[in-house]
Amino acid sequence: MAYNKPIPVPQGESDVYWQKAKEKELWLRYCNGCEEAYFYPTDFCRNIECATPRDTKWVKASGKATLFTYGIVQRAPHPGFVDDVPFVTAVVELEEGPKMPTNIVIEDPTPENLQIGMALEVVFEDITDELALPKFKPV
Amino acid sequence: MTDLRKTVAIVGVDESDEIGKVPDKSNLQHHAEAAHNALDDAGMSMKDVNGLFTAGTSTLNLAEYLGIEPSFTDTTAVGGSSFIIHIAHAMAAINAGYCDVALVTHGEAGRSRRSRPGGDAADPGSQFESPYGFLGAPINYAMAARRYMHQYGEDKTRQAMAEVAVATRKWAQLNPKAYMQDDMTFDDYHDSRWISWPFHLLDCCLVTDAGGAYVITSAERARDAKKKPVWVLGAAESHDHNLISQMPDLTRTVAKNTGPSALERSGVTHDDIDLAMIYDSFTYTVLATLESLGFCGPGEAPDFVANQRTAPGGDFAMNTSGGGLSYTHSGMYGMFLVLEAVRQLRGECGDRQLDDPKLCLINGTGGSLSSTGTTVLAVD
Repeated sequence: MAYNKPIPVPQGESDVYWQKAKEKELWLRYCNGCEEAYFYPTDFCRNIECATPRDTKWVKASGKATLFTYGIVQRAPHPGFVDDVPFVTAVVELEEGPKMPTNIVIEDPTPENLQIGMALEVVFEDITDELALPKFKPV
Repeated sequence: MTDLRKTVAIVGVDESDEIGKVPDKSNLQHHAEAAHNALDDAGMSMKDVNGLFTAGTSTLNLAEYLGIEPSFTDTTAVGGSSFIIHIAHAMAAINAGYCDVALVTHGEAGRSRRSRPGGDAADPGSQFESPYGFLGAPINYAMAARRYMHQYGEDKTRQAMAEVAVATRKWAQLNPKAYMQDDMTFDDYHDSRWISWPFHLLDCCLVTDAGGAYVITSAERARDAKKKPVWVLGAAESHDHNLISQMPDLTRTVAKNTGPSALERSGVTHDDIDLAMIYDSFTYTVLATLESLGFCGPGEAPDFVANQRTAPGGDFAMNTSGGGLSYTHSGMYGMFLVLEAVRQLRGECGDRQLDDPKLCLINGTGGSLSSTGTTVLAVD
C-alpha cells in the first residue's frame, strides 16, 4: 500500500538533514558560538544569549540516544497510522544533547518494554524515493 | 507597572443556544449566538460593541458576520488559553481608550465538523513531528504525563488522574448544561479504554460543538450594567514553546510565571482564592497546572487532589462546571472557564453554587501545554 502518512517537506535550512537521513546518517546544526548542537535545524541559533546566532555548521551525530519520554498510541490520529497502532511516539535525548521527536521501533510496545533512560540507536525508514525518517530502536 | 485593578469588569456571559452535539450549526453560528446571548446578559446590544476579540477565525471574518466595525481588533490565537489572554488585552485596550465595550467570542463545531490537525508544510511541526504521528493533543500531552510519572511515581500519578476525572464528573452532574451526566466510579476510570498510554479515554476532555462569549467594559460603564460587575483584578500571559518536543520541562507550564504575576498584580495570594477554574484538557493538565501556579510544589499535586478534595463538598473548589472533561470542550475550551467563573461570582449556579465566593483564579492552557493565561476575577 502507498505510504500515506504526513511527509516532511525539506526547507533550505533543513535540506542537509534530509539528504543525510536518506544516506542513513543523522546530522545536526551546531552553533559555533555556544559550542552546542541543536534541534531542529534552523539558520539561526535559538539561544537568545548567543552573540553569533548566524555562525552555525552541520555536524554528524553519533546516532546514540536515550529515551526521555514516550506515549503508546492506541487510537490512530490519521488514516496513515491505522495499521500501525499501537505505536510509540517519543522524545529522545541525543548523545550530543538536543532532544528530538521520533518513533521507537519495537516489536511489543508495552510500558514494561519501554524504560525511560534506556539506550537507543538511530535507524532509518525509507518513506519515499527521496526521503527517509530517522527513528530509534533499543540497543 | 500601572495598577489596573478593577478598571474593567465582565458584565455579560453566555454559551451559544445549544451546546454538545449540534450537527447543523457552523463555527460562526456558535460565535454569533453566544455573542448576542452575552450582550443580552449585559443589557447591551451589538451596537455598543467597539472592541472585538477572538481566536480560531480572523476578526475580519467575525466582524463582518456580526455587523461590527470595531475600533480595536485582536485575533491573538495561542490555543485554548487565548480567551483568558483576551481579558488582559481588553483590559489594556480599554484603559488606553481604544475601545470601551469589548466582545470576546468563541465558536467551534468540534464534534460535528472536526478538522484534522495540520499546518503550513514548511513549519517545524509539519517537518519534524507530524511524520511521526505527533498529531493531536492526546498524543502530545500523553508524553508529558509519562515524564511526570517517571519523575514523581506512576501509581501516585495514576491515582491523582483518576481523582480529577471522578471529582470533575460529580460537578458536571450538578450542571444541567454538562454533556456527561452519568455516574463515574474509580473502576469506570481505570477500565476505560486506552487512547494514548498513559491516557485512558476518561483522562481526555470531551469533543463537543459549542460557542461562548463574554462582554468586558470600563468601570464606568460596568456600574450601569444589568447585573453586578465581575471585576478583573489582574492578568498575565506567556508561552515557552510550540512543539511538545521543545517544551523546556514537560512537568511545568508557563503558569509558573503567569500565576505568580497575575496574583501579584491582583494584590491577592493563593489562600485568598475561593474558586480555581483550571483548564482540564486532560487530567494531567490539572496536575501540572496546580503545581506550576504554586498551589502546591513540584510533584505534590497527587497529594493536593487526593480524597476527592476538588469534588463538591471538598475544601478546594475547582472546575465547578464539570470542566472540559465532563461539561463541554469544543476544541479551545478557555472561554468556558470564564463563563463559569462569572456565574459563580454572581451566584447564578443553582445546585453547584459555592457559598458566596469573592475571588476566582482562572488559568487557561493552550497548544501542547505551550501557552498560559492567568486572570483573577472578583466581586464586591
